[in-house]
Amino acid sequence: MCSREPRDWDETGLGIPAMNDDRIDAIIDNHHGEASSLIQVLLDIQSEDHWLSKEALSRVSERLEVPLRRIQHIATFYKAFSLSPKGRHEVHICMGTACHVRGAGRVLEKVEHVTGIGPGETDLDLKFSLETVNCLGCCALGPVMEIDGTTHGRLSAADTTDVLQSYE
Amino acid sequence: MTLIDSSVELEELRGRIVSERDPDTPCITVCSGTGCLASGAREVIAAFSHEIEAHELKVELDFRATGCHGFCEKGPIVVIDPDEICYLQVTPDDVPEIITKTIKDNEVIERLLYVDQNTGEKAVHESDIPFYKYQKRMVFAANRRIDPKSFEDYLAIGGYQALIKAFFEMTPEQVVSEVKDANLRGRGGGGFPAGKKWEIARSAPGEPKYVIVNCDEGDPGAYMDRSLMEGNPYGVLEGLTIGAYAIGSHEGYVYIRQEYPLALENLRAAIEEAEKRGLLGTDILGSGFDFQVKVHRGAGAFVCGEETALIISLEGEVGEPKPRPPYPAVNGLWGKPTIINNVETWANVPLIINKGAAAFASIGTEGSKGTKIFSLVGKIANTGLVEVPMGINLRDVIYKIGGGIPGGKKFKAVQTGGPSGGCIPEERLDLEVDFDELTKAGSMMGSGGMIVMDEETCMVDVARYFIDFLTDESCGKCVPCREGLRQMQRILTDITEGKGKESDIEVLQELAETAREASLCALGKTAPNPFLSTFRYFRDEYEAHIKEKRCPALSCKKLVSYFIEPEKCKACLICLKECPAGAIDGAKKTIHIIDQEKCDACGICFEVCPSRFEAVMRVSGEPVPPPIPEEQRMVIRKSKQQ
Repeated sequence: MCSREPRDWDETGLGIPAMNDDRIDAIIDNHHGEASSLIQVLLDIQSEDHWLSKEALSRVSERLEVPLRRIQHIATFYKAFSLSPKGRHEVHICMGTACHVRGAGRVLEKVEHVTGIGPGETDLDLKFSLETVNCLGCCALGPVMEIDGTTHGRLSAADTTDVLQSYE
Repeated sequence: MTLIDSSVELEELRGRIVSERDPDTPCITVCSGTGCLASGAREVIAAFSHEIEAHELKVELDFRATGCHGFCEKGPIVVIDPDEICYLQVTPDDVPEIITKTIKDNEVIERLLYVDQNTGEKAVHESDIPFYKYQKRMVFAANRRIDPKSFEDYLAIGGYQALIKAFFEMTPEQVVSEVKDANLRGRGGGGFPAGKKWEIARSAPGEPKYVIVNCDEGDPGAYMDRSLMEGNPYGVLEGLTIGAYAIGSHEGYVYIRQEYPLALENLRAAIEEAEKRGLLGTDILGSGFDFQVKVHRGAGAFVCGEETALIISLEGEVGEPKPRPPYPAVNGLWGKPTIINNVETWANVPLIINKGAAAFASIGTEGSKGTKIFSLVGKIANTGLVEVPMGINLRDVIYKIGGGIPGGKKFKAVQTGGPSGGCIPEERLDLEVDFDELTKAGSMMGSGGMIVMDEETCMVDVARYFIDFLTDESCGKCVPCREGLRQMQRILTDITEGKGKESDIEVLQELAETAREASLCALGKTAPNPFLSTFRYFRDEYEAHIKEKRCPALSCKKLVSYFIEPEKCKACLICLKECPAGAIDGAKKTIHIIDQEKCDACGICFEVCPSRFEAVMRVSGEPVPPPIPEEQRMVIRKSKQQ
C-alpha cells in the first residue's frame, strides 16, 4: 500500500506537496518550452503533486508566456486537474455504465457514509480524496473502486468498509 | 541493436527469429491486460517466473505476458500453447501444479478448466470455449500471441509485412484505393469511410499533413481501444505509418487518455523501439519515407473524442468542437490536412493491406465490412471483449458468446453506442449488428460498447444516468446542449424520484428535438438518444414512474421501500450490523424490523441478506405491510419446538 511521502519541497508542513520553480522548469524544458505543450506540462505537475498550486500555475504562465486566465480555463475544463490538494489516498469510484447497472451507486453512497466526504472532496485529515470516474475499463470486475491505483473489484456496498479501513 | 536499413534485412531478421523458435516448445501465456492485472495476474506472472527458475525450465519452455485475451470475466487467464490449454481464474497457488502436472507430465488440471454452466461440460482448449468459439478474431488475434513490448514477437507473427508491401509494392494512391475498396468505416463512432477521408486529405492542398490516432476512448463501458493499444501497439503504429505514407504525412500523433497508464507505457516503449530499429524516423527501411510519432496525453474530457475538439486539445487549448465543414481532412491540426482515425480503425489497416480489400470486404454486410470489437459488459455472464463479423445476430452475441444473463434474471435491453447511443429491447434482438441496422433501431454503433441490462435495471434511470453523464461532459459552447441537457437531467431526476408530471414527457421531447437540431457537434446532436430510445421502447416504465409513482424494476431509490418478511427472517443480525442508517431493529432470536422512518432505501440489507433466507423484500408503488406485533417477534428454533 503506498502512502505518499512528504516531499523535500514541502513548505506547508501539512504534507501538501507544492512544487518548487526548479522542478517546474525542468518539466517545461522536457517539453521544449512550447506553449502548445501546456496541457502536457500541467499533467506532469498534476501527476507528481496530485494538484496544481497557484504558485505552480503562475510559474508555468510566466515560463510559457501563456496568460494565467487561459491556464485556469484549461485547468478547470479537463477532469484530470485539481486546484486543491489531495488526501493521502485517492479513492476513485467507477461510475461507468457497466458498474452503474451493477450497483456502483450503492458503493458510492457507502463510501460517502464511511469517509464523510462527497465526490471532489478531501477530508480534513487529508486522509482520503474521493472522486467518481467514468470508466476504469475493468468492466468485468464491476462495481469497481480504485484506491491509489489498486483496483478493488466485484465490490458489494458492505465490503467497502473493510477495504477503506485497511488504509492508514 | 542496429538500424534495419531495408525490407530484405527486416525479412532476414524475421527469418532468424522464426527459425530460432520451435513451434512445438510449450509456451505459457498469461493475460496481463488491465482487467486480469486487477484480478491478480501480476502475482501469477511472478509465481511463474519463480517456478520456471526453480525448475530450470528456461530453455525448454517459453513464457509470455501478453495483452488482453478478452475473457475478462474469468481472469487471470493462462493459455498453454501449442495445445491451447486454457486455464481460468488462476491464482499463484495453482502455478506450481501447472508446471509439474501440465508442463512436465502433460496432464490437464480439471479444476482450472472452463465449465459450461448449462451442460456442466468442461472445455480444455481455448477454441472450445463458447465465448471464443463464436468470435472471429482478426484485429484482436495478435493480442494473445505477443508480448506487447517485444518487437521480435511482433515480427514473428508477420508484423510489418503490410508496411513493406505498401512501401515497396504500392504507390500511395494504391494504398488509399485499397482502403477505400475495403470500405473500412471508422470504428470510433461516426462510421465514416476511412478511405474517403484519406483520399480527401491526400489531395487537399497544404503541407505538412498530419495523421492522428484517437485513443481518447471516453465511452463508459467500452475498452477495446485500450486493450488493442496495450496488447498490440506495434500493430497500431504499423497502420498509422501506412496511412501516413498514403497521404504523404511525416508527422503523427497519438492522443491517448492519461487514465490508461499501461497503454501509454506500452505505446511509448513501442515507439522507442521502432525508432531504434528504423521503423520510425528518417528513411524508413531505405524507402526514403520519413515519419515520426509523438504522444499526447488527454487530460480527461469526453468531448475530446470528437475530432475537431481533439485537434484543438492537441494544440494545447480547451477542447471545444468547431463547426464542420471544413473537415479536418482539409483543415485540421494547425490548419493543415489531417486524418484522425481511432485505434481499432488503424489496427485494421495492416490486415487490409496484407490480405487485400476483397478479402476484407468479403466479411460483413452490404454497408459494413470486416469485424468489430465490442465490449460486452453489464448484466452478462461472460463479460469481456468480443470480436465478431459485422452482421452477426445480436442474440448470438448475448447468448452464445456472452452466455446470457446471470442469476436466472430476465433480459431487458442492451445499450449500444455509448452515452449517445440507445437501448435495444428483447423484440429487436434478432437484428444484424452493423452500422446501419443499429441506427435504424434508434441506437448506434459508436465505438462498440454493449451494456446488457436485466429486469432489475430501470430504463428511466438509465436515461437519467446517460443524460447526467452528458450534462457533465457538455463543453458548454452550444446553449441547446448545455442548458437543454440540464433541464432534461432535472426532469428525468424528478421522474425517478416520483416527482414527475404528465406534462414532463412533452417537455423532454421538445428539449430533445432542439438539442438534436441546434447543437454543433455529435455530442449535442446525439445527446437526447438515451431518452428517445428508452422512451420509444419502454414508455410503460416512464408512465409507471409518473402516474403510479412506481419503479417496475424496483431500482429507483426514492420509489422503493424495503421490509423484512417475518416468516423468512432468521434473526441473524447481518443486515442489522450493515445498515448504515441504523434503521433495523432486532436482536439475537428477535425477528428484525425495518424502521421506515429511518430507512433511506440504500438497499444494503437486501444485498447482504443470505440467499438461503431472502428475507428482505422490496416494493414499489404500494405501502409496506405493517410490522409484526412485538409479542410475535421471538424466533423459536425447530429443534426447541420438538
